[in-house]
Amino acid sequence: MPAVSKGDGMRGLAVFISDIRNCKSKEAEIKRINKELANIRSKFKGDKALDGYSKKKYVCKLLFIFLLGHDIDFGHMEAVNLLSSNKYTEKQIGYLFISVLVNSNSDLIRLINNGIKNDLASRNPTFMNLALHCIANVGSREMAEAFAADIPRILVAGDTMDSVKQSAALCLLRLNRTSPDLVPMGEWTARVVHLLNDQHLGVVTAATSLITTLAQKSPDDFKTSVSLAIARLSRIVTSASIDLQDYTYYFVAAPWLSVKLLRLLQCYPPPEDGALRGRLTECLETILNKAQEPPKSKKVQHSNAKNAVLFEAISLIIHHDSEPTLLVRACNQLGQFLQHRETNLRYLALESMCTLASSEFSHEAVKTHIETVINALKTERDVSVRQRAVDLLYAMCDRSNAKQIVAEMLSYLETADYSIREEIVLKVAILAEKYAVDYTWYVDTILNLIRMAGDYVSEEVWYRVIQIVINRDDVQGYAAKTVFEALQAPACHENLVKVGGYILGEFGNLIAGDSRSSPLVQFKLLHSKFHLCSVPTRALLLSAYIKFINLFPEVKGAIQEVLRSDSQLRNADVELQQRAVEYLRLSCIASTDILATVLEEMPPFPERESSILAKLKRKKGPGNLPNIEEVRQEREKERSLNGTAEHKDSSDTASKTSLYPSADLLGPAAPPPSTGASLLVDVFSDSLPAAAHTPLDMSPATASGDNFSRFICKNNGVLYENQLLQIGLKSEYRQNLGRIYVFFGNKTSTQFLNFTSTLNVHTKPADPTIDAGAQVQQILNIECLSDFTDAPVLDIQFRYGGTLQNFGVKLPVMLNKFFQPTEMVSQDFFQRWKQLGAPQQEVQKIFKAKHAMDTEVTKAKIIGFGTALLDGVDPNPTNFVGAGVIHTKSTQVGCLLRLEPNTQAQMYRLTLRTSRETVSQRLSDLLSEQF
Amino acid sequence: MQFMLLFSRQGKLRLQKWYVPLCDKEKKRIGRELVQTILARKAKMCSFLEWRDLKVVYKRYASLYFCCAIEEQDNELITLEIIHRYVELLDKYFGSVCELDIIFNFEKAYFILDEFLLGGEAQETSKKSVLKAIEQADLLQERQSDDWGGLANDELL
Repeated sequence: MPAVSKGDGMRGLAVFISDIRNCKSKEAEIKRINKELANIRSKFKGDKALDGYSKKKYVCKLLFIFLLGHDIDFGHMEAVNLLSSNKYTEKQIGYLFISVLVNSNSDLIRLINNGIKNDLASRNPTFMNLALHCIANVGSREMAEAFAADIPRILVAGDTMDSVKQSAALCLLRLNRTSPDLVPMGEWTARVVHLLNDQHLGVVTAATSLITTLAQKSPDDFKTSVSLAIARLSRIVTSASIDLQDYTYYFVAAPWLSVKLLRLLQCYPPPEDGALRGRLTECLETILNKAQEPPKSKKVQHSNAKNAVLFEAISLIIHHDSEPTLLVRACNQLGQFLQHRETNLRYLALESMCTLASSEFSHEAVKTHIETVINALKTERDVSVRQRAVDLLYAMCDRSNAKQIVAEMLSYLETADYSIREEIVLKVAILAEKYAVDYTWYVDTILNLIRMAGDYVSEEVWYRVIQIVINRDDVQGYAAKTVFEALQAPACHENLVKVGGYILGEFGNLIAGDSRSSPLVQFKLLHSKFHLCSVPTRALLLSAYIKFINLFPEVKGAIQEVLRSDSQLRNADVELQQRAVEYLRLSCIASTDILATVLEEMPPFPERESSILAKLKRKKGPGNLPNIEEVRQEREKERSLNGTAEHKDSSDTASKTSLYPSADLLGPAAPPPSTGASLLVDVFSDSLPAAAHTPLDMSPATASGDNFSRFICKNNGVLYENQLLQIGLKSEYRQNLGRIYVFFGNKTSTQFLNFTSTLNVHTKPADPTIDAGAQVQQILNIECLSDFTDAPVLDIQFRYGGTLQNFGVKLPVMLNKFFQPTEMVSQDFFQRWKQLGAPQQEVQKIFKAKHAMDTEVTKAKIIGFGTALLDGVDPNPTNFVGAGVIHTKSTQVGCLLRLEPNTQAQMYRLTLRTSRETVSQRLSDLLSEQF
Repeated sequence: MQFMLLFSRQGKLRLQKWYVPLCDKEKKRIGRELVQTILARKAKMCSFLEWRDLKVVYKRYASLYFCCAIEEQDNELITLEIIHRYVELLDKYFGSVCELDIIFNFEKAYFILDEFLLGGEAQETSKKSVLKAIEQADLLQERQSDDWGGLANDELL
C-alpha cells in the first residue's frame, strides 16, 4: 500500500497543505491561511449550493487550519450538514470536525444530536460506530442527557455487532466519567458484567475498562465481576494451548486484556472463596514464573508487554497485601529489575518498590536492596530515575538504616539537580527527626543541610530545628556549641545565622564557660555576620542581643553601644529602628529582675505534627511514607486538606494581620504567646503605651469573632475594641441593599496618622487622621449580589506614635441581613413548607441552649434575625415559627423556619427550609449560634 | 489515558487527542510545555516522567514523538506498547509510514486512532480487526486520490 494512494483524494486539501509547508515564515503562513479562509467563507456564503465533496473538502481544510493552532469561527453548520450525508467519508469528516472543534455549549448541539440519533438508529454498524465515537470524543453533558439511556441498550442487545458493542462500552465509560449521574446502570449491570464472558476478546477488552470504571464508583454492584475476571485471566495466563491469534502480541497472550483484568481486580479485596483465591494465586504465580523464563523474542515489545502484565500483577499483590510469599517474590523480582540494562525497567522497579516498602510483609525484603538503590542514586544518568531512587530510600528508611540513608541523601544533595533539591532537603529533615535516637545527630544533620543547600532550606525546616532544641534540654548545650562552631566559617548561609542567633540567644550561656566561646566572643561572632544579612535576620539578631544582655550582664555595654549607633537607632527600616529603640530603652530602665522575667527562655513548643511533613505532602502528594499506618492517615488528612482548600482565601484575608515580619518563629507552628511576651507589654504600658513589641491582642480571630456573632440578630453596637481604638457600627438594610456607618474612635491621647480602612471591595476612604479622643465616620454601601457565606473584612491601618498598626475586622454583613419578613397564615405556611420538602432544601440542627431559655428573648432574636414571627401557625404554642424572603440582586429566596425548644433537656431543634441548599445551611449556621 | 500528542523533532504538533475536557488555551499550554520538556531529554533517558499529577509516557519513532499522559494507577509499559501498536497500525495502513503521511492524511490518522483507542482506553487491540474496519471505510470512498510520489522518506518503522 503506497502512502500516496491513501486519503480521500482531496486534491485541493493536499495542495493547501503543501502551500502551508512551503511558507518560509509565520507571516507567510498566516497570509496563506487568511486567503484560504476568505475563499472558503465565500464558497459557503455563495449562492451556488455546494456538493457534498466540496463541503467535505472545505470542512477538512478548516480542520487542518484549526489543528495548526489558528482560531476557526465558521464552518460548524456545514460540518453538521455533512452528518446527514449518506456518503460515508463525508459523514466521517463531519464527525471528525465536530469531535475536534465543537465544545459542549455550542448552539448546534441539538442539530448534532439529531444527526447522531439518526445514525444510532440506522442499524448500519459503520454509521453507528461513527456516532458512538463522536459521543465518546465529545463526552459533553448534553450528549449524556440525550444518549446515556440508549447506549446501555445497544451495548447489551443480542443482535448488536461486536465492533458496535466495543464502541458502546467505551462510549458509556466516557459518559460515566463526565456525567455519572446521567448514566443509569441498575437493570443493565448483570448483563454488562457478563460481557466478560464474551467470545470476542475485543469486546471483553472494551467491557473490562467499562466495568473497572463502574466498579470503582459502586464496587458492590459489580462484585460478581471478580470471579469472571479471575476465570478469564486464568484462561489467558495459565493455559498455554489456547491460540489467541491476533490478540497475541509479540508472543505475549492478550497483554492489554490481562493488564485490564488485573486492574479490575484491584477494585476489590482478595476473594474470600478459597477456590477462587487459589486460582488467582495460581495466575499470579504463573506470571511471576514467566518472568524467569528466557524471552521468546529479543524485541523490546515482547519484554515490555510481558513486564506490563508482571508489574500489574505486582500492583495487585501489593494491593491485596495479604500473601507474604507473593510479596517477597515480587520484591525479589523487582530487585532483579533494579540492575536491568533497560532504564525503563529500573525506573519502574524503583517506583513499584516504594509501595512494597510500606507493606509489613515486604519492608524487610525491600531493605536488602539498599546498596543497589544508593548506587542508583550515584550512577543513574537520568534525573527522573534518581528521583525515584530518592523516593525509595525515603520509603525504606527506618531506625536501623536511617543514619546511612540520611548520609547518602546528604552527599547526593551536593550534586543533586536543582529541581529536586528542596524536596530532598525536606525528606532529610523529616527522616533525621523521625529516626533520631540521639538529637546531637539530628542537630548535625540539619546544620549540614543548611551548609550544603542553604537556599533550599525552607522556613519550616529551620523553625523545626529550633522547636526541637527548645523542647529537649539534653541537646541544647550541644546545639549551642555546634552552631557556634559552624558560625566560625567565613561565609555561612543566612539560614545558619538565623538558627545560630536564635540558639545562642537562648542557650549561649551553656557554652560561655569556655573562654574560646565567652559571651563577648559569641556576640562579636554574631555581630560580624549582621551587616551581610537581610532585614528579618537582622531583626532576629537584635532580639538575640537583648537576650544576651539578660544572659551576660558583662556584655551589656558592648551591646548597648551597638543598639545606640546611628545605623540602628536611625535605621531606614522601621522594624529595625523600633527594635533598637525598644531594646535599648528596656536595657536601660528595667531592673535585672524584670529583664530576667521579660527575656526568660522560650517555653517548650506544643507537640504537633511537623510542619515540614505538611510541606512535603503539599509538594508531593501523599504516599511513599515509611510507615503503612501513617500512609493511610496521611492520605485521609490530605483529603481533608484538599477539601478545605477553597475556603482558604477568605481565612487568609482574615489572618493576614500578624503585626510583625516573621523573622521570629511566627510560622505555621508558632508557639503560644509566651509569658515573657505578655509581660513585655506590661513593662511598657507606663512609659511607651503602644510601642510595645508584641501584638496588642489584636488578632481579629479572637477579638472580633465574638462580637461578630453578636451582630447576627442586631444592627448596631460596638464591633471591636482594644486599648487604642473602638469601632462602632450602625447599619440599615432594605431588600438587597445595605448601608453601614462605621465609627472609629481614638481612645488614646495621641493622634492617629495615615489612617486607612479599606474593604476588599471599593469603599469611600475614611478621614486619614483621627485626633486624640475623636471619632470619625465611614459609610459603606453594600449590595447583596447572590447568597454568600464569608463576611467582608475591613482592613485597618494607621500610625500611632511611631508604630504602624494593621489588622482586619470582619464586618458583620451576613446573609440574614437581607431578609424581608413575610406574614402568612397557617394554611399558606404549611403549603409552602410541603413545597420545600426536598431533602437538600431542609437543614435541621439540634443543639444545646447556650443561654437561658427565655421566650421573649427568643422572639426578639427571631425578629432581629429578619423573619416575621408567625403566631398561631404551630399547634404547639411553645414552638416558634418564622418566614421571610432573602433578597439578592439576582434572585429572591423564600425561607421558612421552625424552632422547637425543649426546656427539660435544655435543647433546641432548628429546622430551616429554603429553595436553596446553601441558603438553608448558612441561615441554620447563623441562627443556631444565637440561643 | 488523558491525552495523546504527536509532535515532530521541531516541536510541531502533528496530532492531538484529548480524552478529558479542557479549553483550547489549556490544551495549547500543555502542548507547549510537554513538547519542550520532552525535546530537552536525551535519547537514552527513560520513557517515563512525572508531570503535574500525571505520568507521561513517550517514545520517539524517526522524526516523530508519540506522547501519552496517563493517570497515577495506569500502567506505563502497556502504554508504551499502545504507542507501538498505533505506529504499527499507521505503518501497515500507509505502508512504511512517515511523518508526511500523517501531515497529508491527518484525518486518517485520527480515524485509525478512534478505531484503536476510545475514551482513552484500548478498544480493539487486534491489528487485523482495526485495519479491517478502516479498509472497509476506504472501500466506501467514491474517488481515488492523486499521486504524491516522492514524498515518502524518513520512515517511522
